[in-house]
Amino acid sequence: MQKIGVFVCWCGSNIAGTVDVHAVAEAMKNVPGVVYATDYQYMCSEVGQQKIRDAIAEYGLTGVVVCSCSPRMHEATFRKTAEKAGLNPYMVEIANIREQCSWIHKDKEVGTEKAITLAKAAVAKVLKNAPLTAGTSPVIKRALVIGGGIAGIQTALDIADAGYEVDIVEKSPTIGGRMAQLDKTFPTLDCAACILTPKMVDAAQSEKIDIISYAEVEKVSGFVGNFTVTIRKKARYVDITKCTGCGACMEKCPSRKGKNEFNMGLNTRTAIYIPFAQAIPNVACIDPEQCIKLKTGKCGLCEKVCSAGAINYQQQDEIIERQYGAIVAATGFKPIDLTGFDEYGYNTCKDVVTSLEFERIMNAAGPTKGQLVRPSDGEHPHEIVFIQCVGSRCTEDAGKGKTYCSKICCMYTAKHAMLVRDKYPDVNVHVFYIDVRTPGKNFDEFYRRAVEQYGVDYIKGMVGKVWEQNGKVMVQGSDLLNNEQITIPADMVVLAAAIEPNPGARDLATMLTASMDTNDFFTEAHPKLRPVESPTAGVFLSGVCQGPKDIPETVAQAGAAASKVIGLLAKDHLVTNPCVAHSNELLCNGCSQCEKVCPYGAISYIDKEVRGPGVREVRRIAQVNEAVCQGCGACTVTCPSGAMDLKGFANRQIIAEVDAICKAQ
Amino acid sequence: MQAVAEKVIARAKELLASGEVQRVLGWEKGEFDYERTPALFEQDDINNLVYDKFCAANLSKKLVEATKLEGKTLALIKPCDSYSLNQLICEHRVKRENVYVLGVGCKGMEGKDGLCMKCEFCKGKSFAIFDEVIDDESCRETPKSDRFAAVRELEEKTPEERFAFWRSELSKCIRCNACRNVCPACTCIKCVFDNPDSGVAAKANVDTFEENQFHIIRAFHVAGRCTDCGECSRVCPQGIPLHLLNRKFIKDMDTLYGDYQAGEDAEARHPLINFTKADAEPSVVLNRGE
Repeated sequence: MQKIGVFVCWCGSNIAGTVDVHAVAEAMKNVPGVVYATDYQYMCSEVGQQKIRDAIAEYGLTGVVVCSCSPRMHEATFRKTAEKAGLNPYMVEIANIREQCSWIHKDKEVGTEKAITLAKAAVAKVLKNAPLTAGTSPVIKRALVIGGGIAGIQTALDIADAGYEVDIVEKSPTIGGRMAQLDKTFPTLDCAACILTPKMVDAAQSEKIDIISYAEVEKVSGFVGNFTVTIRKKARYVDITKCTGCGACMEKCPSRKGKNEFNMGLNTRTAIYIPFAQAIPNVACIDPEQCIKLKTGKCGLCEKVCSAGAINYQQQDEIIERQYGAIVAATGFKPIDLTGFDEYGYNTCKDVVTSLEFERIMNAAGPTKGQLVRPSDGEHPHEIVFIQCVGSRCTEDAGKGKTYCSKICCMYTAKHAMLVRDKYPDVNVHVFYIDVRTPGKNFDEFYRRAVEQYGVDYIKGMVGKVWEQNGKVMVQGSDLLNNEQITIPADMVVLAAAIEPNPGARDLATMLTASMDTNDFFTEAHPKLRPVESPTAGVFLSGVCQGPKDIPETVAQAGAAASKVIGLLAKDHLVTNPCVAHSNELLCNGCSQCEKVCPYGAISYIDKEVRGPGVREVRRIAQVNEAVCQGCGACTVTCPSGAMDLKGFANRQIIAEVDAICKAQ
Repeated sequence: MQAVAEKVIARAKELLASGEVQRVLGWEKGEFDYERTPALFEQDDINNLVYDKFCAANLSKKLVEATKLEGKTLALIKPCDSYSLNQLICEHRVKRENVYVLGVGCKGMEGKDGLCMKCEFCKGKSFAIFDEVIDDESCRETPKSDRFAAVRELEEKTPEERFAFWRSELSKCIRCNACRNVCPACTCIKCVFDNPDSGVAAKANVDTFEENQFHIIRAFHVAGRCTDCGECSRVCPQGIPLHLLNRKFIKDMDTLYGDYQAGEDAEARHPLINFTKADAEPSVVLNRGE
């Protein structure tokens, strides 16, 4: 006979505040199968757990129901508790009376009634539980980092440093990402390239790191410890094993109209190009959209001048497949498209630039060799206006922009303002801001330096209109502190455009079955306690793909993600979830629907002689690979005959729960 | 039609006589003038084979058992039936190599009350699968009606009105199981409603609201696989418009995941067992339910 014990947790006042926990325990004593019910302040505490262990011993419990918080929080705790007392850990069920009950109810009577119902459902389920034993699955000791910016590079370096092999897949021809485009970094004003490129070189030289550049992830299958990833290496039309990066091809290439992505399109590049001087790998790449040879078949100059014989116009995309134990998403960000922000004149006025374009203008390796000149006429500007929060902190009903704060703009705008004033004291600098947000070590001091030491004119208020007039860029805005409308005739305007996740991140999230928020930032497993893990086991998050952050935060998160990966790869085996699917061959139609719906490829079919009452024939039967099955249950709901069932979540258990809830009403 | 019918019967006899097929799956005269019954014919009774305007019954489901037999079965398959057959092949329920698909032209089938409901929403004259086709110009396409019009009408009702509509329709059900037994998507070796261990069989037998669950569960079970052949409503002795449940599913899937016709492509995955990046977000689906 089954003997069920029910343990109702108060969770301090979290549950007891809106649920009469005594009443729940009392009500449960009358439920068939329940031989013991009690309540306690904190079931998860050592004392609470001891109560469960004692009751298992004293009453010979065959099953345990804990009415407490979400099973995501303490299911593992209580399973271990039961195991210590000699009970199979899978004979424990959690009735979630906190997140699904006490927290969402205000009326105690209603809350109590619902808690009793949920507890009854859990009892109905545990009565049909069967003991289960967990298996193990091996861990492939190699990690994949998707994205080769500072986040991806740092994660890869840290993983490699621990002795594990790691691949970086980068979609552009070089690693380096956004940071490589930056001029100086706040709050120390050291040169971005000077601190980034040594890390890029470290990554390139590491024996443990394989940089797969100009490549994209196409398909991901498998599960934690055992992912299979298909990667498309796009054709560069250059043999990277032969190219020496001498640049002779770039000198001779007659196609010079390609937009220079690295300089944010402020100048052009040749069809065959190396993105920037410190690119890694330092090899050329042909842009098929611009190459005359690839488009018309005529030209071939680069092939003629290449002494290494590296040019190969016949090169095709290459598909490779590799196995990984862990995957890190580090796909980064881009500034938002400013279409729809006509008030700032970005699309109509050449001297209105974004902050990232301004970085390139200020950079010695940029389109102006670091000279601050207006894009329209190359003249030196005397009046520059910076506008913050362009597309950030928009209201929902604005219909454009982002509701979130892009976080980095206040600091880089202060940096830009300071750099301009430092290099060109003749230039007046104005900054329109809503708030100046400078939490962070040495951040507020940095901003104050811009105001107090460098005399940057900070104006609280937003800009309403930017237009061109007599060679000037007119900026009309409100000065809220002086309560007046002002118009500044500027020579240049710099827009601190909001940042958003790279558009490819959504496709990747789909492939990784990782979730995203409404802004397409990857969601973390827990916003406070598991910030670098995605809810999908074995998938980790690094850098801005998870949310806006600056370089120090990105590097810190990259290290945290790496440590999680290392912790995973250090294990030889993972304990698998015994709640896996299995098929009843007497009921199986062999229809293949479960095989098709299975996201893990865990189901295959065999022809097998089936024997049962009055049955003896060869049938096509589904088989589950238990090592691969993740227990998601997609097959069980797809199977029309009910042949597929999930251990621990059997159809009859779920129906029993539903019945218990219906009967309780 | 008469000419086509003669050619079809002659060709079936020819293939049977030559030994290329071992039997013929077709129709014979039924109890009433307007009724033709599916039947398997061999050399000795092949003269009972008929093909005329009353051969509404979809024969594809019969191939589940017929293709288990030794040798090849010739099946007379109308254009709309070919979708059901293709779906069954996709699900490995019919052995393709054991069937000779003789596609037969059709200009709309009739029953007791004239043109069948399903023929008002004709799928057209092309075959999703065939080995050979016999038709002619007379087997023209029936004008297409908007098959979702009735579904839209139901959608426009309030939840209470809709509930009342289905309650009044489904309460007519006498659980004769004709709809299930005729349905080409219902070929489970052991149906959940015949399996006491399934947890739903006993519930659906009780004459309460749960009885209605029989039809709702069935609609869920065939969702994505239902070709909208309309056999369920055609055979219902109580005249319940069962096909509307299936069409509601089809319409929703078309809206959320793009147009899809079950059985059109034997290699396809139907939207409910497929996952593409273009799929509607769960929130979109959720909002529709509110």
